[in-house]
Amino acid sequence: MSHRRQISVVVNGTRHEAEVEARKYLAEFLREDLRLVGTHIGCEHGVCGACTVLMDGVSVRSCIVLAAQANEAEIMTVEGLASDGQMHPLQEAFLEKQGLQCGYCTPGMLVRAYELLREDPEPTAEQVREGMSNNLCRCTGYQYIVEAVLLGAERMHNA
Amino acid sequence: MLDEFGDRGRVLAGGQSLFQLMNFRVVKPENLIDINSVIELDYIRSDDGIMAIGARTRQSTLERSREADERVPLMVEAVKNVAHPSVRNRGTVGGSVAYADPASELPAVVLAMDGEVVLSSSRGERVLPAAEFFRGPYTNACSADELLTEVRLPEWPYGTGHAFLEFRRKHGSYALVGCAALVHLDGESVDRVAISLCGVDETPVRAFKAEELVVGNAPSEELFEEAAEAVAPELNPLPDPKGSPEYRRKLAKVFIRRTLDLAVRRAKGERS
Repeated sequence: MSHRRQISVVVNGTRHEAEVEARKYLAEFLREDLRLVGTHIGCEHGVCGACTVLMDGVSVRSCIVLAAQANEAEIMTVEGLASDGQMHPLQEAFLEKQGLQCGYCTPGMLVRAYELLREDPEPTAEQVREGMSNNLCRCTGYQYIVEAVLLGAERMHNA
Repeated sequence: MLDEFGDRGRVLAGGQSLFQLMNFRVVKPENLIDINSVIELDYIRSDDGIMAIGARTRQSTLERSREADERVPLMVEAVKNVAHPSVRNRGTVGGSVAYADPASELPAVVLAMDGEVVLSSSRGERVLPAAEFFRGPYTNACSADELLTEVRLPEWPYGTGHAFLEFRRKHGSYALVGCAALVHLDGESVDRVAISLCGVDETPVRAFKAEELVVGNAPSEELFEEAAEAVAPELNPLPDPKGSPEYRRKLAKVFIRRTLDLAVRRAKGERS
């Protein structure tokens, strides 16, 4: 069996053709091959959620998905949120509400929050808390993260 | 391919457990056989009172299936307790059942419902009852050349009360103890009941003693207490840092009571 795989993957709207090692994870491919270092690698075993990206529209932990498995898939990373140099309303909300301290978990938080608000544009604080429990923040700044997601929801609604 | 690789190959389904083990270098498979593209195994369909779920069905698909929620609501309630949304987006039903984690939710439900698994290989197909499939911690009855392709759940009649409850330290964490129950009432008394537990032994276990005590009787707090007391001493939880065997037996007692209580309330509610 060959240890390399040819893949074709759309990342943030751009198609990439690449040859990857069969064992390479999606997170490593995004960071090392595509230099999209917004996706962070935290625990490397699917627990913390720092590496969360959207794969064909749903969130996955890219440290436990192989790059080869993303063949023919559409990926959205945190870099896909902003457009034309303008921050996404969720990013603005995280900034304003100080929904980050060290910032390591933030890319995963943003991508998960984006998915959460797509599924339910007007969640309650309780629903945000439960939905965001998908991701860990070791600074434990959850209160501000919840506030940021709620503000983001409001902004996206009014946009 | 499984035939060709035998012990040197490992089936990759959602990868939400396997990649964890690989990243910790606990397992080092020479070859991964990725079944994610086998979309023929992605289905949820009911036929003649049996709900068949294809092994490659994502847990998040099961969670959102209206048909599954109507016909096997216990399975749907349980799957919502499996880890977090991003994990369920990849994790599969077949993968979770085959992994046979003693603390895992879905195996406990399959056992409670007297479910079956279909094991396929180049030699053919065989169907095993759940009770014969789970052999030990992370150990199932699959041969090296077999693939679990389908989970079958006999549906309970309309009006059955279901409940799945578990105790965990944090939302989305592994269960210390989980309990699954189905209760059917005939008038004031229970005419059919099934109870199983996870996290309390080397495999998921049926609480047969509790079932025997409950069936034929009118549900009451005292009855559930008695049923829970009868089961707890027989459990053999694996010692681990999250909870001593004694602690888990106590949790099991509490959760048998609570789960039966909720299932009975639902059985009453749905009948009126």
